[in-house]
Amino acid sequence: MEKFGTLTAIAAAYPKVNVDTDLIIRVERCAGTPREALGPWAFEMVRYRPDGSEDPGFVFNREPWREAKILVAGENFGTGSSREMAVWALARMGLRCVIAPSFGEIFFGNCLQNGLLAIRLPADEVRRLMALASAPASATFTVDLARQTINGTTRFEISPRPKRMLLEGLDELGLTLAMEPEIAAFQAMDRPRRPWIYL
Amino acid sequence: MGRSLFEKLWDLHVIAELGDGMQLLHVDRHILNELSGSRAQLDNAKRSLKPRHPQLTLGVADHVVPTEPGRAGDKTPWAKNVMQIFRDESRRDGILLLDVNDPDQGIEHVIGPESGFTLPGTLLVCGDSHTCTNGALGALAWGIGSSEVCHVLATQTIVQPKPRSMRARFEGALPPGVTAKDLMLALIGKYGTTGALGHAVEYAGAAIRELEIEGRMTLCNLSIEFGAKIGMVAPDEKTYAYLKGRRHAPQGALWDQALAHWRTLPSDPDARFDREVALDCSGLVPQVTWGTSPEDVIGVDGRIPDLKPEALAYMGLSPGQPLAGTRIDRVFIGSCTNSRLSDLRAAAAIARGRRVAAHVEAWVVPGSMRVKREAEAEGLHEVFRAAGFQWREPGCSMCVGANGDLVGPGERCVSTSNRNFVGRQGPGARTHLASPATAAACAVAGEITDARTL
Ligand code: SF4
Repeated sequence: MEKFGTLTAIAAAYPKVNVDTDLIIRVERCAGTPREALGPWAFEMVRYRPDGSEDPGFVFNREPWREAKILVAGENFGTGSSREMAVWALARMGLRCVIAPSFGEIFFGNCLQNGLLAIRLPADEVRRLMALASAPASATFTVDLARQTINGTTRFEISPRPKRMLLEGLDELGLTLAMEPEIAAFQAMDRPRRPWIYL
Repeated sequence: MGRSLFEKLWDLHVIAELGDGMQLLHVDRHILNELSGSRAQLDNAKRSLKPRHPQLTLGVADHVVPTEPGRAGDKTPWAKNVMQIFRDESRRDGILLLDVNDPDQGIEHVIGPESGFTLPGTLLVCGDSHTCTNGALGALAWGIGSSEVCHVLATQTIVQPKPRSMRARFEGALPPGVTAKDLMLALIGKYGTTGALGHAVEYAGAAIRELEIEGRMTLCNLSIEFGAKIGMVAPDEKTYAYLKGRRHAPQGALWDQALAHWRTLPSDPDARFDREVALDCSGLVPQVTWGTSPEDVIGVDGRIPDLKPEALAYMGLSPGQPLAGTRIDRVFIGSCTNSRLSDLRAAAAIARGRRVAAHVEAWVVPGSMRVKREAEAEGLHEVFRAAGFQWREPGCSMCVGANGDLVGPGERCVSTSNRNFVGRQGPGARTHLASPATAAACAVAGEITDARTL
């Protein structure tokens, strides 16, 4: 997984609330598109017009946000389906960081699995960042994960474990595979307690 | 202090504390579908990772399978490829796969409980957000992403922060014609789709005890639409009676031992929850959504509110207009929310002796092969066919359209599924979520209507 250190990049504001993962990536793309090719299909229902041309009303179709690596989003971003392809599509579109007042829970977990930093901030703070991101002159943000700051002043919370995973590019599966003795010990204790579990 | 069902279940599964609220938990049961599952299987194969306990994973084909009668007409360019990977990898990994013509095939969240694979007290995960459905049996169940599917296959564990706990009480008796679907839509309408964010929800109260197991599944299914990954109902005698004798349920002495354990699981009377919410059921009417989020819901006798202009434009509705009387094009009775035998009975009771309106295309898609067989044994398929409904093969179908079963652009569909998102049932499709009885009534009326007045 790619490490996340300090990111200085354009931020795009997308204030819609309850953006669901069906909107982020359509199910047809989940089924029929390789992971590497998902980027162009992120947000396709709002990104393109019916004739396939770009909709200039969509922020990622305008300069300078075409290059955005940070998304400032509305409440409950990534709600709905567990499809991890939503995160893959955002990552392939170039995003490294999403900031919102709240996230769909499965989406939030999926971000971490893919080195995408998801930051929860109070709604008024998100509104302020959206205003900054909306003007080209102030749309370049610096996200410092080690210091847990945005633009040097806005502090965000992140638990130590996900923080370490992102900073060091660690993969959760790799970490857990190293815990085989603990897993075996749990099952040895659990088998006599709940024998019907182990089919 | 007493402990809640959720706390008991959580504690039973903790393998290790990982610091700062994260825990490594044992996964007792894992269900794999072809869509998120096949990707994860390939990823693990690339890393030469074998499943740690293949017998604790059950594979099922549901999302991309054709539902045309006789399984004819694969409408997608991807189904063949996805299924091929799923079959090959499952065979190599030694995972039982309920393939498209298996007598036990069905929607993953229907077949988990129905086969006794899901049990009270188990921690069950699956790469699909509606895994919360399984909580109806008193299981700790939630949906996961593909990376987590890889993790579960390889380690039989999952890493999670412990959610906060919530109890949602449904007080008062359910009025006639009001179903579990209506209860839960009303709750989501009241508290919003972020109402339970970060919480594991236990549904409780007199109305829940009265609900049959299948109704509890409908209720728990919509937990994710309430913002919660986990929803659950405490197991009781109905739960045990439902499970006894099912294919994967314990038998003989093991059953007795399991039963004794299950009886210790319900929340203690003095259990505390981080949050409590409540809904009075006694005045409820059947619920129908009007917008593009499950929280956009009103009683079928209500008027469209002056809210969310973007959603109303998409739905082609105006503030102030009555919801009832809105002309529809399609009806979909199916999905892991409402495709079980009791759902089909409720719909058939409305359809019996009536006709689907001439301009409406109405489908019934049973949740599983078993549901289909049981419904046919009761003659429900004849009732539906005689009324002009299509009687189809089990699968996810028009809930998400991954198999090409789509609602056309601009078409209005009353659906018993769980998501009315923009484009969910197809680009430009307009979805109204409702109960099976309401959906069947709408099919007959050709417009949104109150089943109780038919
Ligand atoms: S029926 Fe719909 S919600 Fe349920 S698992 Fe299938 S696609 Fe998902």
